[in-house]
Amino acid sequence: MAVTRYMEALNQALVSEMERDPSVFIAGEDVASGGVFAVTQGILEKFGGKRIRNTPISESALIGLGIGAALTGLRPVVEIMFMDFMACCMDQIVNQAAKMKYMFGGKMSVPMVVRTPAGAGLGAGPQHSQCLEVLFAHIPGLKVVMPSTPYDAKGLMISSIRDDNPVLFVENKMLYRVKGEVPEESYAIPIGKADVKRTGKDITIVATSHMVGTALKAAAELEKEGVDAEIIDPRTISPLDKGAILESVEKTGRLLVVHEAVRNFGFGAEVAAIVSEEGFDFLDAPIMRIGAPFMPVPFSKPAEDRYIPSVGEIVSGVKRTLNV
Amino acid sequence: MEKERLCQIYRTMKKIRLFEKKAGQLFAEGKIPGFIHVSIGQESVATGVCMQLRQDDYVLTSHRGHGHMIAKGADSRPMMAEIFGKADGYCQGRGGSMHIADSDIGVLGANGIVGGGIPISNGAAFSAQYRGTDQVAVCFFGDGASNQGTFHESLNLAALWRLPVIFVCENNRWAEFTSQEDSACIEDISMRARGYGVPGETVDGLDVFSVMTAAGEAIKRARAGEGPTLLEVKTYRWHGHYEGDPQKYRRAEELERARSHDPIEFFRSHVLKEKLLEEKDMEKIEEEVERELDEAVAYAEKSPVPEFDKEPEKVYA
Repeated sequence: MAVTRYMEALNQALVSEMERDPSVFIAGEDVASGGVFAVTQGILEKFGGKRIRNTPISESALIGLGIGAALTGLRPVVEIMFMDFMACCMDQIVNQAAKMKYMFGGKMSVPMVVRTPAGAGLGAGPQHSQCLEVLFAHIPGLKVVMPSTPYDAKGLMISSIRDDNPVLFVENKMLYRVKGEVPEESYAIPIGKADVKRTGKDITIVATSHMVGTALKAAAELEKEGVDAEIIDPRTISPLDKGAILESVEKTGRLLVVHEAVRNFGFGAEVAAIVSEEGFDFLDAPIMRIGAPFMPVPFSKPAEDRYIPSVGEIVSGVKRTLNV
Repeated sequence: MEKERLCQIYRTMKKIRLFEKKAGQLFAEGKIPGFIHVSIGQESVATGVCMQLRQDDYVLTSHRGHGHMIAKGADSRPMMAEIFGKADGYCQGRGGSMHIADSDIGVLGANGIVGGGIPISNGAAFSAQYRGTDQVAVCFFGDGASNQGTFHESLNLAALWRLPVIFVCENNRWAEFTSQEDSACIEDISMRARGYGVPGETVDGLDVFSVMTAAGEAIKRARAGEGPTLLEVKTYRWHGHYEGDPQKYRRAEELERARSHDPIEFFRSHVLKEKLLEEKDMEKIEEEVERELDEAVAYAEKSPVPEFDKEPEKVYA
């Protein structure tokens, strides 16, 4: 299998779906020029300007364009250049795209993918570094996909494009250059299915996106100390494969949830609530959450490094849960 | 103009007025839940524009959208049932007055968010352009929506991509409780078109024929690939922002003046004077429309309320 970067895996998925289905097109700020993270590089040359369009810096107009096109037979893939900019088009996402299937009696649907880079680590400061996925996971009608590996990125992008619902596809910026094995042919990974990234028996770590890699590093450290952690990557947070999480916690009896987004009112709280409600009897220790502190992402590099949940934080969190 | 087409204009305007009147009465009687926004006084806009559209053209409308649905060819029965919140409504009672839609007649949605439909009309127009059809999209919105960012973003994008879209600003002088004078420094909203390199025109909504002429030209340009138009129709909202609105914000004289400029009466006296239609033609239409709407109300009243149990499963495709 070829070793491919996350960004190239996404590009392969876009190209293969565009080849397969002429109703797929891409629109966004600077996308025809390759995009700021080069995910759409080469697509203009391959497909021409009809299939990939640069738009003005008008996020509401961009999402509305996608919605109207999706309602009338096309499959748009639109890019919001930084997830922070989603705040500029919340009405179109939350009140329009998400509600149409239900609100209009089921006859219409919005098969649109909104791709967006998220997360800290590039020194981009408070308005270009946020992880806002839970804002959208809270909205019925949206799906939220956030793959952590090149393999998952390709397969989930293909499924997202084929899905008949609006899908928010979150790409952590620190993952773009990560390499992994990716088949050259097209394949689809079902939305709503978690993946066990490491099997273990002592504790379940549910980690999302960029934090899956950090959790794997922590698990390697813990192994040296005789702790065998299981890592569950939900891959999509809405819908959420809660069965996979409960099954793992039933085996390990302990749970730690880790995400880059701020801890307060976060994904960790949702997972903790589900396990408390449906798997309380499995638990041998209190559930722990690790997330960024409740503050904007700082610009200064040492501060930003401290802000992002680290291997050390996960290791000590696991030890506390295990009481070792 | 052929007699049949004149009759259709009269039928549509009359149907909108009577539908809105009935909806207002039923709301006052407590038969319609929530709140409704009626378009009495503005019938010439929906009628004049939609007379020039085909069934496969797209329409997006606003919270005051009953008239646009009717003019685009909606069936009064599921429309009324939807406003009642009943299972046989266009949206199975899930949307109601502000969120009514029917893709079969090209209506991609009324909208509870002021200016929310404008970007979506670009998407429908882009889709037509992309698929190589000559369909057009029309977005109806009010003077209030012209102060939303979506209006400005969308006009710019439509101009840039020469999208086949007609932005119809139904200037009824009132954005909810705030007058146009208190919302913007310009008299004619159509002048904003120049700022985006788009043709802009203002017509008097008293005369449905001038609405038809202006809309017809804009639609023709859009079909020919010549891009979007901003068409402003000066009209007036006879009722409050919502039914039951005490309207303390406006003077009675203003309303009296507006009522003396009734687009339906204007049409009636014009066609009689020019001997284009006779009294009996219009009386016949009135009777038919009355009957149709009575049936619609009976249909809505009889329709069951939706069962909630399975509703949460209907959110995703």
